[in-house]
Amino acid sequence: MRRGEAVEVFNVSKMFGTYQALDQVSFTIKENEFFTLLGPSGCGKTTLLRMIAGFERPSEGSISLFGAEIASLPPHKRHVNTVFQSYALFPHMSLEQNIAFGLENLGWAKAKRQARVAEMLELVHMSDFAKRRPDQLSGGQRQRIALARALAPEPQVLLLDEPLSALDLKLRQAMRDELRALQRKTGITFVFVTHDQDEALDMSDRICVLGQGQIQQIGTPSDIYEEPQNRFVADFIGATNFLEAEVVSLNGDQAQIRTALGLEFTAAQKGVQGPGAATMSLRPEKIGLEEQASGNVFTGTIRSRNYMGGFTHYAVETAGITLQVSRRNALSHAESYDIGREVKLGFRDESVRVLGQ
Amino acid sequence: MSANHDVRHYPGAGLMTTVFFLWLYAPIVVVIWFSFNENRLVSVWSGFSTKWYTAALANDALMDALRVSLTVAGIATVISTTVALCAAMVLSRNSDLRFAKLSETVVNLPLLLPEIVVAVATLILFSQLEFTNGLLRLIVAHSAFCTPFAFLPIRARLQGMSADYEEAAQDLYATPFTAFRRVTLPLIMPGVFAGAMLAFVISMDDFITSNMLATGGTTTLPVYIFSLIKRGTTPELNAISTLLIVASLVIATLALALSARAMRRA
Ligand SMILES: Nc1ncnc2c1ncn2[C@@H]1O[C@H](COP(=O)(O)OP(=O)(O)O)[C@@H](O)[C@H]1O
Ligand SMILES: [Mg+2]
Repeated sequence: MRRGEAVEVFNVSKMFGTYQALDQVSFTIKENEFFTLLGPSGCGKTTLLRMIAGFERPSEGSISLFGAEIASLPPHKRHVNTVFQSYALFPHMSLEQNIAFGLENLGWAKAKRQARVAEMLELVHMSDFAKRRPDQLSGGQRQRIALARALAPEPQVLLLDEPLSALDLKLRQAMRDELRALQRKTGITFVFVTHDQDEALDMSDRICVLGQGQIQQIGTPSDIYEEPQNRFVADFIGATNFLEAEVVSLNGDQAQIRTALGLEFTAAQKGVQGPGAATMSLRPEKIGLEEQASGNVFTGTIRSRNYMGGFTHYAVETAGITLQVSRRNALSHAESYDIGREVKLGFRDESVRVLGQ
Repeated sequence: MSANHDVRHYPGAGLMTTVFFLWLYAPIVVVIWFSFNENRLVSVWSGFSTKWYTAALANDALMDALRVSLTVAGIATVISTTVALCAAMVLSRNSDLRFAKLSETVVNLPLLLPEIVVAVATLILFSQLEFTNGLLRLIVAHSAFCTPFAFLPIRARLQGMSADYEEAAQDLYATPFTAFRRVTLPLIMPGVFAGAMLAFVISMDDFITSNMLATGGTTTLPVYIFSLIKRGTTPELNAISTLLIVASLVIATLALALSARAMRRA
């Protein structure tokens, strides 16, 4: 084992009957890391998490926890705890008893157990609720108790399966910050599952994007957003414009491309094999309008406008192509462009990513 | 839903309901009423008396029959509920179980077979095996036919319970047995309780099998009552019936209250 590797997933595949849920997945999670598994519903996130927890066996491959192979250990012998999507708080036990449950099974002495339960309730700001039962709590409070229960036995790794998805919008934002703070404070490695790209970008140290049972990309949030490795990642994370482009020549990770807009320029590329057809990705906020248009400049016509408060989204048509453009409303009376108006557009070469087909 | 679709507003619904409840409960009311009749003749009212209750409680044969019934029902309930609980656990918590559908059918099949057939078959089997202990024969037979009745509510409760709780328990370092004892069992208790009650009532109520297997000294309550009727109905029979009705009501109310409390907590 190399130091600092909390979880190592190596070549893991999972078949359900003839259906392949995961295909040769490999990654390592570092100690103290907030690691997120991100992907659309049904891509195998929960399955992967359940294999780390021990509820599913990999059909192939191995999983190690701090260097020790665990793929054949039953769940109760793995020093890993889970925050379930449904929370799964025991309805017949008080919150105290819920939190103490894991400690009892580990054989902690009573005094130590009680101290730990009190400490955990304090940590999640629920000390006044110790004697209540789960059905007397709101969604956000249940979430906190589920966290406290999973953190109490000081797991080597904490697994969280879409823990925020059952909360309403406002609470979700607050819990994001709380979760992140909790992770920093406890120093426990978090493996967080979500299908919400905002959550992933906001909270993670690193993100693993899963799609169709395979790893699409692993990287920091800005890596994933700014340097998508393929069309799936560019499409799934954030909004983007995909444009048909022709690669004229390749020079390492730079490509000379010609676009349907009639522009020719050099941009960073990923996965392009050689000259020929390719796709380019251009984020809406990287296209400037009028006085902000710089770099490759052309003109278009405003076709629609959606005022979003902090931003205004425009659809701009040019040469038969519709581009999504997002403009920040920096000044209180920022100029807004009417539908039908001709505008100048521009983007810089370095804003473009050229992706293999 | 509009008021027109409420069945209470259909013409004749009130009358139908009245007739239905009369038909269901009139015989019971009559039995209770005449159990307090002073007269020896069942259908002639001649004044209020509790003497038939005194007579029933002093009847040794009746008390023996009651004792046999309670013993058999008590033991059969424990055995059948335990077997049913094991079967339900295996069938509900093993996704890759082979012959799952077949196994479930086999457990439930006795519900569909005519009891007389099973009773005759049991009698023949016991004779072949030279199994002659009367009480044991009753216990074995009752445990067998009560099992599917105990199984149904337990299975329903287990199916309605998310496997998340058991997984959460194991995730929190509980061995499979601890998870069962501290999480699964308390959560399915209302189902287990309902299954046990059902098994108990079915066993107490059984006539066909008990009559077939009865030997001297192992007459159950229904078999005894039937033998009384053959000698003509007496007011004592009314008193016994009334006591049984009261006992059933008490047990049923207790069961409902307990399971309602367990449900609220679950
Ligand atoms: N026990 C199972 N049996 C059969 N198929 C399953 C089982 N669990 C998951 N799957 C399938 O595997 C795929 C991945 O599921 P899951 O890991 O739950 O996805 P996610 O959590 O990313 O939404 C889905 O298509 C799902 O239907
Ligand atoms: Mg999932």
